[in-house]
Amino acid sequence: MSDLDTQIPSTFDPFAEASADNAGAVSKEYVHIRVQQRNGRKSLTTVQGLKKEYSKTKILKDLKKEFCCNGTVVEDPELGQVIQLQGDQRKNVSTFLVQAGILKKEQIKIHGF
Amino acid sequence: MASDNATDLKDEISELAPFDPTKKKKKKKPVAQDHVEEVEKLVETTENLSVEDAGESVFSGMKKKKKKQVELDIEENEEGDAGEDNDDGKLGEDEQGEGIIFGGEQLPWEGTDRDYKYEELLDRVFNTLRENNPLLAGDRRRTVMRPPQVLREGTKKTVFANFMDSCKTMHRQPEHVMTFLLAEMGTTGSLDGQQRLVVKGRFAPKNFEGILKRYINEYVICNGCKSADTILSKENRLFFLRCEQCGSSRSVAPIKAGFVARVGRRKAGV
Repeated sequence: MSDLDTQIPSTFDPFAEASADNAGAVSKEYVHIRVQQRNGRKSLTTVQGLKKEYSKTKILKDLKKEFCCNGTVVEDPELGQVIQLQGDQRKNVSTFLVQAGILKKEQIKIHGF
Repeated sequence: MASDNATDLKDEISELAPFDPTKKKKKKKPVAQDHVEEVEKLVETTENLSVEDAGESVFSGMKKKKKKQVELDIEENEEGDAGEDNDDGKLGEDEQGEGIIFGGEQLPWEGTDRDYKYEELLDRVFNTLRENNPLLAGDRRRTVMRPPQVLREGTKKTVFANFMDSCKTMHRQPEHVMTFLLAEMGTTGSLDGQQRLVVKGRFAPKNFEGILKRYINEYVICNGCKSADTILSKENRLFFLRCEQCGSSRSVAPIKAGFVARVGRRKAGV
C-alpha cells in the first residue's frame, strides 16, 4: 500500500481527475446486497463490495446483534470478503449501513426478487 | 401539418376553380379595408377555428350572401357585421395557410350526393384533432407488458410460462433476459421444451414482475426519451443500448451474478 502511495504523486496520474470525480459523486463502487433462497422458507443475505478499510468482522458483529441473526464472513478469491447473514435482511442491512455512515444510499444496490 | 396543408392546397385548387371570379372580387375587397382586417385578424385567428368547426356547411351558403353584400356597398364592411367578420378572417388567414380555413368548405363530398370515403373522414377527424388538442394526435403509444404467468413445478421449481412473450414485447434476446433473471434471483434455471423458463426455487409472480421492471429500466428504456423502442447490441464485449426513437446511445452494465453463496449439502471432499 505504501509503495503505491509514494508512486502516484511522482508520475502523472491519468486517473487523478476521474478518481476526484468519483469522490464527488461517490456512486462508482456499488455495494451489492443479494438474497438467496435456501431450503424451505429460509434464505440468505450476502453483502458484497464493502471497502477494504472497513473491518468486516466488526460490522458483522453489529449486524448480528442488531438483527438477531447469525452470520459469517466468507473469503472469496475474486470479490474479497463477503458478509453472509441468515434470513432476508436486505432492507435491514441497507438502512443499517446508511445510518452508520459507511455508505450513501446511492451506493447500495439491492438485488433479488 | 405541413404535408396536410400541401394536400389540402392541391384539393383546393381544383375545388376553387369555379369560385375564381368570386375570389377576385374578394381579393379587391381586402385591399380596400385592410386596416380593419389587421385589427380584427388576431381576434379572428383565434375565433376562426371554433367557428369553422361549428358551421362548415353554413359557410358555403354565407359566401354567396357576402358576395352580394360586397357588391351593394363596400363601406358597410368597415362597420364589421358578424358575417363579414368571418370573411375577413378568412381572407386574412388566406395568406398564412389555407388548409385550416377552407377545411370546412373543401370537404370532398360537399355538394355531391356520394357517400363519404373512409380516408376522407379519417383525414377530417385527424385535422380536427390536431387543431384542438395536438397532444392526442401524436403517435406516442405505450407498450403494455403482460403480467408474468408463473406456475409451480413440483415444490422446488418455478415455471415462468410466458417468458418468450415478455422477451418479444421487450425486443430482447431470451438468453440475455434469462441471465439477468437468474443472476438477480441467485439461482439456476433453463428453458424447457415449450420455451418456458424453469428456475430453481420458489418465486411468486410479483418477484418476477419486480425483476422484469428492473430489467426494463436498465436494459430497455432509453434514458433520453423514455421510449422502449431500443436495440441492444454487443460491440467488442460491451453492450450498447441504442434508441430507435431519438437515436441516442448508451452503454449498459454487463450482467454479473456476483457472489453466490453455497447453499445445500456440501460434499465431503470440498
